[in-house]
Order: sequence, then structure tokens, then C-alpha cells
Amino acid sequence: MSDAVWVLGASMTRFGRYPDLDTVDLASQACIDALVDGEVTIHDMDILAAGTLFQQSGMGQRVQKQIGQTGIPVYNVTNACATGATAIRTVHLAIKAGEAEMGLAFGVEQMGKMGLLRGGAKEEANVYEPSGRYGAVAPIDGILGTETMPGVFAQAGMGYAYENDGVGFEQFARVAYKNHLHSTLNPLAQYRKEFSMEEIMGSPVQSYPNTLLMCCPTGDGAAAVVLVSEERLRSMPTDVQNRAVKISASVLTSDPWVESGQVQPDVNTLTRNAAAQAYEAAGVGPEDLDLVELHDCFATAELIHYDNLGLCERGGAGEFIDSGAPFRDGRTPVNVSGGLISKGHPIGATGVANVYEVTTHLRGEAGDRQIEGAKVGLAHVIGLGSACGIHILEKAA
Amino acid sequence: MSDETDGDLPAVPERLPIVDYLQLGDDPHLLANECTKCRARYFDRRNACAKCGAVEFVSVRVADRAVLTAFSIVHRAAPGIPVPYVSGIVLTDDGTSVRANVVGLDDPMKAELGMSLGFTTYGCGTDDNGTECVAFGYMTV
Repeated sequence: MSDAVWVLGASMTRFGRYPDLDTVDLASQACIDALVDGEVTIHDMDILAAGTLFQQSGMGQRVQKQIGQTGIPVYNVTNACATGATAIRTVHLAIKAGEAEMGLAFGVEQMGKMGLLRGGAKEEANVYEPSGRYGAVAPIDGILGTETMPGVFAQAGMGYAYENDGVGFEQFARVAYKNHLHSTLNPLAQYRKEFSMEEIMGSPVQSYPNTLLMCCPTGDGAAAVVLVSEERLRSMPTDVQNRAVKISASVLTSDPWVESGQVQPDVNTLTRNAAAQAYEAAGVGPEDLDLVELHDCFATAELIHYDNLGLCERGGAGEFIDSGAPFRDGRTPVNVSGGLISKGHPIGATGVANVYEVTTHLRGEAGDRQIEGAKVGLAHVIGLGSACGIHILEKAA
Repeated sequence: MSDETDGDLPAVPERLPIVDYLQLGDDPHLLANECTKCRARYFDRRNACAKCGAVEFVSVRVADRAVLTAFSIVHRAAPGIPVPYVSGIVLTDDGTSVRANVVGLDDPMKAELGMSLGFTTYGCGTDDNGTECVAFGYMTV
């Protein structure tokens, strides 16, 4: 018997805006649905991991008070945009270590319409005094380059364009075109509207080359998964076993030192490292993937991750999107959920939601957006700082 | 410093660099903390080298000439920041990456990957004491 860990249950709320609910409501709903989906109860859980970035501490315990206080260990985790994947990884590790047979991981966020502009938003100092590790006398965002997310990821994409041919504004825009198009088939997506290339390229520029329609929205939502050990799974009813999805790889990396890393976060190396580890662990390669959910916080980000995940030839991300390969009818469908750009990005929930999406396809339960015959899928998230989580999932034999 | 200043009060500088790794004077330039073991460079205060773990650093001058390796034309920024502006990542002739604005372009869309740039400084504000804040950027050469 292998020591594999399986996804037994999975759920997500529709991403959107829920002014009448709070994060506990959203997380509880996702957890209850995941437990029901796996035909288990909170009393079967040996561990709980809760992921959230912006909420107050103790999220896991607060949710327990709604879904069941059974006394199990709770791990509250935060890891930037990789928070949800880290929650899953936490439960995965506990099961691998033999300390748990079954566990629940969830991610949740409620962002509303919060703005993420910062730095220069502070009032100018009345008297300049050096402070911080750079001895800054005033906010530097906007003065010494940008620290805003659309800008940072724009620079990441432009850095790729500097090093490789065939990448420009149109290629980045096509990524957004694809993901908006894909989202029209996903009832759980925050937005479900198709936009033309002209609309995307002509929408207000945030940080060139990222226009408004090339940026993910803020939003609310939650997602949850129940993980189970192979041994425990084999003791369950056959129909439950048949719906379980194998986690062939669960990887978390951080960013190793690179020369430019102190001025521009390196989102590439840790993703490439995570992908290499994941493919090695799973015994599959990018050519085996039937679908990929990757971290398209901005269109510029998705394009460079085609290369980082090995979905295209080195340097060939522009050609990859131009060829139609990542469209849902292409060679390697990417973000058939609509991705962060249109499905939404309530940060703590995103990493779990990506695993939910891949799981749903491998079960053949994705409805109108189903990738027919999907057997292997990859879920990827990256958070600046940086952290990268990759899970490779496989359909039950 | 003025002779009239009260002896109990510190001198009020005429100019201050926006960050401490900007060296002002007749020949403004950037200073980096360079690891004595592996030569990795940092602009901020470090407890140890993130590349090799060594704990000794020396201050070194960063080359003024650079090429633009990545940029974004920022149209949406925090209040008080004039837009659009060009945020750039440059690679200096001595191999140090720097983040700064590309200044002096009459049209931000004229920013081009690979363009040659030179170091420059400019005033970016004044505090209640009349001290000018000096920032740095890169402009075409």
C-alpha cells in the first residue's frame, strides 16, 4: 500500500462580494460542503489548517465554533498568495508524518473593495527623518519605482519580454482574453463576461502593460478540501474511493537568492524549482497535464508561468499563447475556471480553490467547463515574499 | 549651519537623500553594502548575506551607467504620486540591479527595453524645516 494522500472532499463558495456575510460564514460553508462532499464529518478530522492573509488571528478556531469543536490541533497559516496552498500542505504533511489520517484545510478571505495602493498614501512627513532598513525619509513607492502589485508583475512580464522574443502587449492581453472567455462557463466565477481583445487592450491602464481587464479583482470567498491517507481511504465505501483524487505531489518553495531579487521579486526561480520537484515526485511531466490552474494575478504573470512550469519551450511563452495552446480546447488548457483574473482572487482561498478546480475536473464533475477525459492536473500559486505552492493531482485509477 | 542657530538644537540640513544608500554631494551616486565573501550587493541594512551567510560587508559605489531591463508605465498610484510615470529595473554596468523611475522622457511610451540610461538626482519634496528631499532616477544618455 502506498503512502499517498488523497483529496476526499472539496468545495468552494462562488467568489464575489458578500457584504452580508463574514469570513466565518464563508469558511464554514466551504468546510461543511467539503465534509459532505467527502461523506465524512468534522468528527473524522484529526487536524485542521486554516489559511487567511488579512483576517484576525485564530480563524481556524473561530470556524471550529461553527462546525464543531472537537479538540483537534489547529494550524492557522499565512503565506501571502500561497496561503491556501500552505494550509493544504500543512494537512498533507501531518498525514504523511503519520500524525493524522484525515484532515481539513480551508482558505478564506473577505476583501470587499479594499484598495491595495500603499506607500505614498501616507501623508508626507512634516520633518524628514531617516527610518527603516533603507533609512528612508519619505515613502518611496512611486518615487523609486513602483511597489504596487500591477506594476511589480508588469515588470516581471516586461523582464521576460526583454529576454525573449515574441512577447508584447498583445500576448499579455490574449491571456486575459482567454481567462475572461473561460469564466463564462464557470458558475463559481466572480465575473462571467467575455471581452474582446480591443476591450481588454483599451481598458484603463493600471500599470502598462497591465490594463484593468488584465488584473484580478479583489473579492470574497472560501474553499476547503478534506485530505485522507491511502490506508484510511481503502477502508471507505467504493463509491467514495472512486471519487477520491490522488495528490501525486505537494510542494512548497521559497525564493532563493538572485542578484535582482532585492529590487524586483523573483517569481520565476521558486516556481521553476517547485515545478521540477513536483514533476519528479509525481513521475509526470508537463506534457502529461490535462489542465493547469496557475497564478494569473495579472496577465503578465500567467504568461511567464507558462515557461516556469515548463508548459512551453524555454523562452516560448509568447508563441504558446499565440498558438492557442492554453485555451480550453488547446494542448494544455490553463485556467479553465477563468483564473484569478475573472474567477477572482480572495487571497487566502485561492490556493485551495485551484485544487478544488482541478479535483472537480478529474472527477468529471465540472459541468459545462469540464475538460473531457482529464486524468492529471496541476495547481499553482505564488505569493510575493516569496512562496510557491504546487500540487499535482491524478484521477483515481 | 547658520551661526544663529540655538546651540541646543540640531542643525537643519538643506538636503537629505530619500534613502541612505543615495550619496549626495558634488558627485551623487549609489552605495551598496557588498558582502566581503561573495560580493553580493544590498541596498538595505543586512544582518548577514542572503546568498552566502557571511556577516561582513563593505560599502561600494554602484556604477552610474545602466540599461533598462524591465519597466512599467504606472497610471494608477497612491495619492500624491504624479502619473503616469515610468518605473524601471535597471542593470548597472557593474552588474547591480536597481529599481528607480526613468525620468526625463517627454512621453512615457518612449521607454524601451534595453535603452541606455544614466544616473541622476532630483528634488522630490520639502519638509516643514525647509529641508529638500532628494531622490534618484535614471535618464536617457
